[in-house]
Amino acid sequence: MAAEKAEMDALKKECDGLRAQIEAARKAVNDGSMSASAGGVEAVGRVQLKLRKNLKGHLAKIYAMHWSADSRQMVSASQDGKLLIWDTFTGNKLTAVPLKSAWVMSVAFAPSGNLVASGGLDNICTVYNIKAASPKTLRELDAHTGYLSCSRFLSDSEIITASGDTTCCLWDLETGKQKVVFTNHIGDCMSLALSPDENSFISGACDSLAKLWDIRSGTCKQTFSGHTSDINAIAFFPSGNAIITGSDDCSCKMYDLRADQEVIGYQDTSLNAGVTSVALSNSGRLIFAGYDDFNCHIWDSLKGEKVGVLSGHDNRVSCTGVPADGMGVCTGSWDSFLKLWN
Amino acid sequence: MTINTLLVKEGCPQEQMACFRKMEKVIVAMQDPDMGMKMRNQRLLITVIPHAMTGHDIITWLIQKYCISEEEALHLGNLLVKYGYIYPLKEPRSLVLRRDESPYRFQTPYFWTSTQWPATELDYAIYLAKKNIRKQGELMEYEKERYSLLHKRINHTWDFVVMQAREQLRASKQRRKADRIVLECQEQAYWLINRPAVTCQRALGRNRVKSSNCLEGFLKHSEQYQNHDPIMQGCLPSNPWISDDAAHWTMNADVVPVPTRLRVERWSFSFMELLSDTMGRKEFMTYLEKEFSAENLCFWQACEEIRHGENSRISEKVNEIYKNFLAPGAARWVNIDSKTMYKTLEGIKRPHRFVMDDAQMHIYFLMKKDSYPRYLKSDLYKNMLAKAIVPQETKKSVFPFMRRQRHSSPSPAQAATQATEEDGRVKEAGQIAEIVSAQQRIRAVRKTL
Repeated sequence: MAAEKAEMDALKKECDGLRAQIEAARKAVNDGSMSASAGGVEAVGRVQLKLRKNLKGHLAKIYAMHWSADSRQMVSASQDGKLLIWDTFTGNKLTAVPLKSAWVMSVAFAPSGNLVASGGLDNICTVYNIKAASPKTLRELDAHTGYLSCSRFLSDSEIITASGDTTCCLWDLETGKQKVVFTNHIGDCMSLALSPDENSFISGACDSLAKLWDIRSGTCKQTFSGHTSDINAIAFFPSGNAIITGSDDCSCKMYDLRADQEVIGYQDTSLNAGVTSVALSNSGRLIFAGYDDFNCHIWDSLKGEKVGVLSGHDNRVSCTGVPADGMGVCTGSWDSFLKLWN
Repeated sequence: MTINTLLVKEGCPQEQMACFRKMEKVIVAMQDPDMGMKMRNQRLLITVIPHAMTGHDIITWLIQKYCISEEEALHLGNLLVKYGYIYPLKEPRSLVLRRDESPYRFQTPYFWTSTQWPATELDYAIYLAKKNIRKQGELMEYEKERYSLLHKRINHTWDFVVMQAREQLRASKQRRKADRIVLECQEQAYWLINRPAVTCQRALGRNRVKSSNCLEGFLKHSEQYQNHDPIMQGCLPSNPWISDDAAHWTMNADVVPVPTRLRVERWSFSFMELLSDTMGRKEFMTYLEKEFSAENLCFWQACEEIRHGENSRISEKVNEIYKNFLAPGAARWVNIDSKTMYKTLEGIKRPHRFVMDDAQMHIYFLMKKDSYPRYLKSDLYKNMLAKAIVPQETKKSVFPFMRRQRHSSPSPAQAATQATEEDGRVKEAGQIAEIVSAQQRIRAVRKTL
């Protein structure tokens, strides 16, 4: 007993030593702060976006939304048990997909526009073909042992899911089987985002860590710490070299993948609500973060300042998304409305 | 069977020992003179090593003996190698079981992890010292670090360490060369298992870029894309969400007769931007055809289709690519370096989604470094840029007396009635004009009466 304890202590010490060494290596390359570098950049000024459309149709809290690659269609999921596919230009609902389980937490649009995936407390990721005459279930991906928090399509034949069982998984849609399981997190995985080159993806979890994974080898390449609470939202900077995370500790952070550390944090003492979702404008300059205080705040990603707010929702903003062409931003909320702003 | 490994110090925990015993049973069975593996003398460079076997043989034996699938046998074999019961003779650092003719040997029971031969710092120091003395600079990076660390820690016995190392080297010189190599391999394999280059080393040894460079990268990116960000700069002819005019989308559709200027500018930002735009790719293909290097882009596209396409069609697509691009004398042979070509051809024997990755990367970088910069300087691109449209900003309201609601767009039903209203008004105006002229005519006629 005593010998084992001694060994554990020795190992713990070694672990701490290694951790300190990694920190030191990171500090060594940290030779410039974002605020210093961005000092010369012109300020964005006050960003005032107007509400352009208010999409009504859901009957209960909206939990997730995702833009289609054509920047016109969008799918939203609500706990009234329906997925709605909207043509955001006209405001029309194109398709309604009834769900087997109403407790949906995530939704994704395939880049081709043919498929839509959803999942939630049923632990199953269901993929629907929406181009058929009436939406048909293509596959039910059932192997997670925890709720499905997020999913993203790589193509019409592969999808990556993040689950409350602390793993992320790559599925083959033709066979419906798991191809790679990404295990390393020690808390529920809450969200994931694909890199622009689709060779890797990032995931944020309740263990307050963000991890970068290599899709091909199935391994965790980098881990980023710094948050003090669950990470709810995660997104890539458009260049693919940095990631933005939003957490329950009321702050967002930007981590650089090449410098392997946090470069800037976005927090404000007046903001006491957790961040639920995060999206970036096309140039990466603006960060739209949805908060529990019913607003979506806009941050200048380079200067770290709050430059605007989108208010109008009557309940928590649960999801945010910017379409591929960057025309504006869509916010979805627990008040059952989706609002488009620009 | 989960084994938490690495950093096994004095005493293995109970669960590990149970697993090791199971592995040892397998190993003993493998070495059985009748039912065990057929071993032979393997040639390693110019020396002949006795009692070695090939990776292929190991897997076949495992499949036969335990009636398992090849995948499982490979997995099991890999575990045996990782825990040091079998070690490779070629590439000793790569503790992987290869399914081919690579030679492997059984580790002597003296060095089995379960024997719990104390892998103390002293022994490790002696081993590293021997390596260092034998051939200067043979130590790997992590070994050098550890060597200097040990030198600091057990400095008081350093003389003993060096003396022991020298003694052991002298003794080994007395042995036959084959024996010496075998013992060296055994020892090296043992220490690779017990003092591995831990994953943390990877985190420490990672190439990190200076913050200042990274931050500049972000600034540049934001600046470059500022004009292309509709939220920041607005967009021409108008933002469809605001003006309800889909002109912007029609102008920027996938395939248009003439692309917009912003779009063509984006092609010069990065090679990936050019390739991800359908029209950009088409233009680049035309350019490459002029330069007689179009097969590169065709090859790249075919590889992309494999990476993102259906699983069931992978073998078929890989064969196509081989026939068209890689086979000697192929119609559109691509120029890849021999090492990558060899690796790819080997990989094609067992096609999978990423089998073409290395070759694809090679061709991608070839195009990026060579053809892409020349394309940007070419007349083809410059003409495209000159021809490209800069859309006119559409005026916000065409009918001044028509007040558009500012905060939400009219619903389709409303839009329809508005349209009819407009038509109505025009018709009305026309009708009024007609009536007026008719009245004038009537007055004129009355006058004449």
